[in-house]
Amino acid sequence: MAPLLQVTDLKTYFHTDDGVVKAVDGVTFEVEKGKTLGIVGESGCGKSVTCLTIMGLNAKRTSISSGTALWKDEADLLALGGRRLRDIRGNEISMVFQDPMTSLNPVHSIGKQLVEAIQLHRDVSRRVARSRALELLRAVGIPRAESRIDDYPHQFSGGMRQRAMIAMALVNDPDLLIADEPTTALDVTTQAQILNLMKRLQDDFGSAIIMITHDLGVIAEVADDVIVMYAGKIVEHAQVDDIFSRPQHPYTWGLLGSLPRLVGDVDRLAQIPGQPPSLLRPPSGCRFHPRCSYVMEVCSRVEPELVQAAVDAPHLQACHLDQETKDREAAKLVASTMAEAS
Amino acid sequence: MADDLLVVEDVKKHFPITRGIIFQKEIGSVKAVDGVSFSVKQGETLGIVGESGCGKSTLARCIMHLLDITAGSIVFEGRDITKLSRAQMRPIRREMMMIFQDPYASLNPRKRVGFIIGEALLVHKLGSDAEIKRRVQELLEVVGLNPEHYNRFPHEFSGGQRQRIGVARALAVNPKLIVCDEPVSALDVSVQAQIMNLLEDLQEDFGLTYVFIAHDLNVVRHISDRVMVMYLGKIAELAGRDELYASPKHPYTGALMSAVPIPNPELGRQRKPVVLEGDVPSPINPPAACRFHPRCPRFQEGRCDVEEPPLYSFGNGHVAACHYPLERWPLALEDFRRPGPSASPPPETSQVR
Repeated sequence: MAPLLQVTDLKTYFHTDDGVVKAVDGVTFEVEKGKTLGIVGESGCGKSVTCLTIMGLNAKRTSISSGTALWKDEADLLALGGRRLRDIRGNEISMVFQDPMTSLNPVHSIGKQLVEAIQLHRDVSRRVARSRALELLRAVGIPRAESRIDDYPHQFSGGMRQRAMIAMALVNDPDLLIADEPTTALDVTTQAQILNLMKRLQDDFGSAIIMITHDLGVIAEVADDVIVMYAGKIVEHAQVDDIFSRPQHPYTWGLLGSLPRLVGDVDRLAQIPGQPPSLLRPPSGCRFHPRCSYVMEVCSRVEPELVQAAVDAPHLQACHLDQETKDREAAKLVASTMAEAS
Repeated sequence: MADDLLVVEDVKKHFPITRGIIFQKEIGSVKAVDGVSFSVKQGETLGIVGESGCGKSTLARCIMHLLDITAGSIVFEGRDITKLSRAQMRPIRREMMMIFQDPYASLNPRKRVGFIIGEALLVHKLGSDAEIKRRVQELLEVVGLNPEHYNRFPHEFSGGQRQRIGVARALAVNPKLIVCDEPVSALDVSVQAQIMNLLEDLQEDFGLTYVFIAHDLNVVRHISDRVMVMYLGKIAELAGRDELYASPKHPYTGALMSAVPIPNPELGRQRKPVVLEGDVPSPINPPAACRFHPRCPRFQEGRCDVEEPPLYSFGNGHVAACHYPLERWPLALEDFRRPGPSASPPPETSQVR
């Protein structure tokens, strides 16, 4: 069966006064029906831009995209324009943005914003749309939904706003939900509620989810497949268990090692030295090499390709290190973060 | 005690809510901090956690005497600072500094880094211009920045570097106490690790005492010696770090801990988190008696909603404000472990009403 969304060699470049920023530089992945793909990486690694590009939400004037994003094996989202794209967007694919405080319109009531999203895609009366909106608000767990539906965003708390955003994304039963850091601005207890909700809705509606986050804990909880991005490129792509049990890329090791944890006793966090590079002038060869502690001579010259690692499971990685070293280092890392837990 | 650097006694901070423009009438108050007592020993790190709106940042500002408190006392080095005037307070401000959450908002964009870091030295007249410059460059080096960046503006730095500038600024006058208000929550994980390692190194080198505020339990666990959990302006639980994370007594602490995502898919699947329903109630009209009772999984009618729980002691300085403390939290440390082949199935989800 063809995947729901097939992204091939996606590139997005922004033209700025200082030059061309290669925000996304050749990204390829697939999203299967009913599955959750997690995209993880630090700020500025291109994870949000990837999704904005798929949704056609980048400013046309300053950005150039290439590659394909094949939707349901029939339409290339990047080539679509106007009507057809608007039909898909918000209907078949919808998006939840990071900041619930700023992504709702403050001058319209929650109900009106939901009704708008429904009537844009369905030829239904206001009444029907409103009852559908109410149903969704109940589904996402807004207490006393029938009296809260006419509230304005400022009358909602952060968690409720995020739930309203999710309700809005779900009104048209999308096949794919793109969630860009949906819980980053929230407290842990609210985050747990939202993640539970998304899992439940996925079970009920069978939607696929692309979950963008920088929190590896969230990834571990919700994702089936994980993409690790660095400086506009995918450095590792595998199933969630493989990412955590035998990570293959030094950057992933750095991310995992720098996490403070609830169990065990780590005296000192592993840290990745330096800062993420500027995408105006990304480093030559492997983009991670200036920060990598396993750097070899070849790393600054030759860019590693994203290839299958020498393991059984499907596991793509882009690193020149030999398999033996990788296995040894991965085992060491996993042992140090797991040992204290047993 | 002699080695207590900071003693906070029954501190309350109520913000009045007024109605009317000319004739303002007080119609209520937000009880942001409502009777909090604790002490911080010389050289230790006290972590404070809680959800947004629990009063942790207000408490930090009270400790720094940036806000006048409504009641109670804050004793720093044996001296009550709450009644001091601005002028009397000034020499004490050298001893206590603060690091703020947002490195983008807490540095003046129109001042050069050298001035931002050296301003406190200037205010306290701690040297000539040349001496201050030398000291600032030394500080830049200490926090891992290039001393040649002395004349740059904040916008030329990344988030992590800005937070290093914030740390350097706090260190400038050799303070004894540094209050860190969510110093790493705006940073990426790899940079967060850098800043936390830096704070730990500095504590060792300069014998600093930290009050470390964060909403991330992992971060607080990593850096603290003792941890205080706040809920709606009150202390829910206060204990040594290992003790708190191994056997939380207050159901709120347990719920918070079980809500933290575990960066390990296998362990994550085995775990059944307690999901707290609803949001933190408004501090204007907090629930009666135990403020946590409307969300509590162990709520007992006739007690929790009638009688406010005092801070019960569990020995070893471990206190928790709960009538029905957890005897053995099902999600205690053992439950995070990978069970062997013969292990019993994981406990069912306990869903809070």
